Amino acid sequence: MSYFIDRRLNGKNKSMVNRQRFMHRYKKHIKEAVSNAVNRRSITDMERGENISIPNRDTHEPVISHTNGGKQHRVYPGNKEFSTGDEIAKPPGGSGGGSGKGDASNQGEGEDDFSFYITKDEFLNYIFEDLELPNMVRKTLSDQDEFATRHAGYVTEGTANNLSIIRSMRNAHARRIAMSAGKRKKLKELKEEFQQLEQQPDGHQNQQRLAELQSLIEDLQARLKKVPFLDTLDLRYRNQVRYPVPSSKAVMFCLMDVSGSMTQDIKEIAKRFYILLYLFLQKNYDKIELVFIRHHTSAKEVTEDEFFYSRETGGTIVSSALKLMHEIMEDRYSPSEWNIYAAQASDGDNWDDDSPQCAQLLTEKILPQVQYFSYIEITPHNHQALWEAYTRITESYPRQFAMAQIRTPGDIYPVFRDLFAKENASSPTLGEAV
Amino acid sequence: MTTKQTQLENNYISTGSEWTFELLEKYDKEISRIAKGYRLDTYPNQIEVITAEQMMDAYASVGMPIGYHHWSYGKHFLSTQKNYQRGAMGLAYEIVINSNPCIAYLMEENTMPMQALVIAHACYGHNSFFKGNYLFKTWTDASAIIDYLVFARQYIKKCEERHGVDEVEKVLDACHALMNFGVDRYKRPKPISAEEEAQRQKEREDILQQQVNDLWRTIPKGHEEEALKEKRRFPDEPQENILYFLEKNAPLLKPWQREVIRIVRKMAQYFYPQRQTQVMNEGWATFWHYTLLNTMYDEGLVNEGFIMEFLSSHTNVVFQPPFDASYYNGINPYALGFNMFQDIRRICENPTDEDREWFPDIAGRDWLDTLHFAMQNFKDESFILQYLSPKLMRDFHLFSIFDDENKSKYLVEAIHDEKGYRTLRKMLSRQYDLSVREPNIQIWSVDLTGDRSMTLRHSMQDGIPLSKDTPEVMKHLHYLWGFDIHLETYNQDRKVKCLSCPAMSTEEIEAD
Repeated sequence: MSYFIDRRLNGKNKSMVNRQRFMHRYKKHIKEAVSNAVNRRSITDMERGENISIPNRDTHEPVISHTNGGKQHRVYPGNKEFSTGDEIAKPPGGSGGGSGKGDASNQGEGEDDFSFYITKDEFLNYIFEDLELPNMVRKTLSDQDEFATRHAGYVTEGTANNLSIIRSMRNAHARRIAMSAGKRKKLKELKEEFQQLEQQPDGHQNQQRLAELQSLIEDLQARLKKVPFLDTLDLRYRNQVRYPVPSSKAVMFCLMDVSGSMTQDIKEIAKRFYILLYLFLQKNYDKIELVFIRHHTSAKEVTEDEFFYSRETGGTIVSSALKLMHEIMEDRYSPSEWNIYAAQASDGDNWDDDSPQCAQLLTEKILPQVQYFSYIEITPHNHQALWEAYTRITESYPRQFAMAQIRTPGDIYPVFRDLFAKENASSPTLGEAV
Repeated sequence: MTTKQTQLENNYISTGSEWTFELLEKYDKEISRIAKGYRLDTYPNQIEVITAEQMMDAYASVGMPIGYHHWSYGKHFLSTQKNYQRGAMGLAYEIVINSNPCIAYLMEENTMPMQALVIAHACYGHNSFFKGNYLFKTWTDASAIIDYLVFARQYIKKCEERHGVDEVEKVLDACHALMNFGVDRYKRPKPISAEEEAQRQKEREDILQQQVNDLWRTIPKGHEEEALKEKRRFPDEPQENILYFLEKNAPLLKPWQREVIRIVRKMAQYFYPQRQTQVMNEGWATFWHYTLLNTMYDEGLVNEGFIMEFLSSHTNVVFQPPFDASYYNGINPYALGFNMFQDIRRICENPTDEDREWFPDIAGRDWLDTLHFAMQNFKDESFILQYLSPKLMRDFHLFSIFDDENKSKYLVEAIHDEKGYRTLRKMLSRQYDLSVREPNIQIWSVDLTGDRSMTLRHSMQDGIPLSKDTPEVMKHLHYLWGFDIHLETYNQDRKVKCLSCPAMSTEEIEAD
């Protein structure tokens, strides 16, 4: 007796919970791997998952079993040249030689890694977790493209809520006319004949014809009645098509101090900030261009790799970067076409006389034209002149300008919270062509 | 085309590789009819068609259709998924569960011949083994297992809600590490029933808590009584079922923790027969898919294309690479088991003089009787000892080596020749003997009057040491017991090593 059951439509993710449990248990490893990947990857390359490797000795489940040693007998298949009494040299480097049967095989030294793949969403989640993003924001960042729906004519199939009553009734009306035209014409003729006959005075034949006509008329009327008022054929539904919401272009300027005092650690924190900003922009704009400007005493536009990984020494003149940014804006990114975002990272060092100049450049040339300019100072030390100068800007440009001091990646978020709060309050500035 | 050919073609159940539910039913009906002819007695079959993704899920739950949640299953799943997606591994085409009705999975992607193979292999081969073999009859209760699994899953879930996932995970981790020491080897356990379990659970919790109080007795006793007490051993006899002992006696455990131990113990017990009959079980199932499908071919129910596809798959399954091949991974249980059952049939039907000498009892006897007898009354170890023939040892080119850690060379102690057959057979049989394969560790004593420490005794066999995992497992044991753990290793009545947790001092006792 056998029963066949089709289970194909049942859920396929029965192991999801167990998978989550595993990831939870090895969170530390995964986070480390994600963190390494972030440092390795380009800012624009956050749209894929990542392969995670965990040393086998960490995921190993211990059991008590025998190991090599003592006196053991083992049987093998495939003898070619051995005969009883032969002696075979043991392979060097370990008794047993690792060719033992099943029970020895699960005790590998843990050279191999246990590796598996996490999805893009999980990958982003781990980044965000590091940044201590609240869930809502996390969702806004990792969500897929937004779609809007719009009407696109009428179709014959659809759901009841999209039923177009006027269209359907119009169709029904037309169909009723078409289906009953012939019959109504005939009916009209018969009625006329009937009337004529009725008006004539008596006559046996007439009576017979009258009865005949009467039944024909009744028959026709019955058939006319059977023409349905509304048929499924008549129904028309509004057609809805989904289309991605078009948004305009944005450019993101990444400005960073690369003078000797900026260590790799500081750069990595900065990189996370840029990633966050990039993801945020990506969510809202179709096309994003990145411009990397690094500076010490003079500024230079560079590639992403150079930006994060080459080191220079020397003093710091921040205004050089702002000047270059302004030049590039004038040259390639006209504010009428582009939404301009900028993020500046520095350890706060600046040549003292330069800071007022920076403030001036920002307030006069840059801030009027950008959507948002953020400045993060990654330093555990006291603030210097640049901070002072920028603080004054915050007061006059609270909407476009945000600044914060960051010590650990967890501090990055508050800077962002400001931005989001602003965007929620005055959404028109985002997602709309200027 | 002649009429005869046309007629023959009409007999084919199907000729293409596509399967449908009607076809599956037709094949199943025919296979079932033929199986009955060979007296295969089975539980009813519940055959579930699933997708590859679902197969990975089934895979990851280590042969249980419903399991409690644990990270290790997630790990299993991830590695399966990765291997499958890389194409490094085809999914096993059969997973079958020892339950009544017997649940087997068919994968959607397979062709009709493969589905027929799986039906014959799992639904009639394994199924009849589960129902007929004495180990399964004695140790598992096929009708109750699904209910019990549901109970276990719900119980663990409730515990997680009440005590937190991490707490439950700690207990489960500890139990899993000791799982192999959670079975009764000689005592037949009571059949499990989910209903009863749920009913008695509360009752048991109360009683247990009372019983462990013995360990807590701290009121000073009179001198005489104390002297008496000291002599009293606890446990009275060494205990081999460590999990059982912990469940009943560990003083610090909460009732729900005891219940979790019990659940893992029951799982271990359920899988115990499968671990002892791998060669026989796979061999039996392989023998029957081979025999059943060939019979179908002889009856003209399937065409050459079908049988070719089947044979190519079958040949892969029963391939035994030699020991020096790079992909050698131990003796293939499918190959050994299949060939042994084939060989028994050959000995019955066409015995040689050698067979008559070695197997006077079965040479020339009815092969079906003999095969059923062998399936019902043996486990791997005794099956090999009883039925491995010289011919098969020659076919497999078996040889046995002796590895003494004090010598610099391996000694070939026996090969497939007249002198070696008996040794070889004995050694191969030992290789499948769980009592040899697994270390012999028993709970020796508990210090009732002192620090409540537990002493375990490992009796070494042939000086074979314990694996490097042992200290890790001891930590788990310590977690469950709550007091110090000592593991003493004895080699022929001489104490050679003592491992303690949490002290973790390893003292080697030198030979005098």
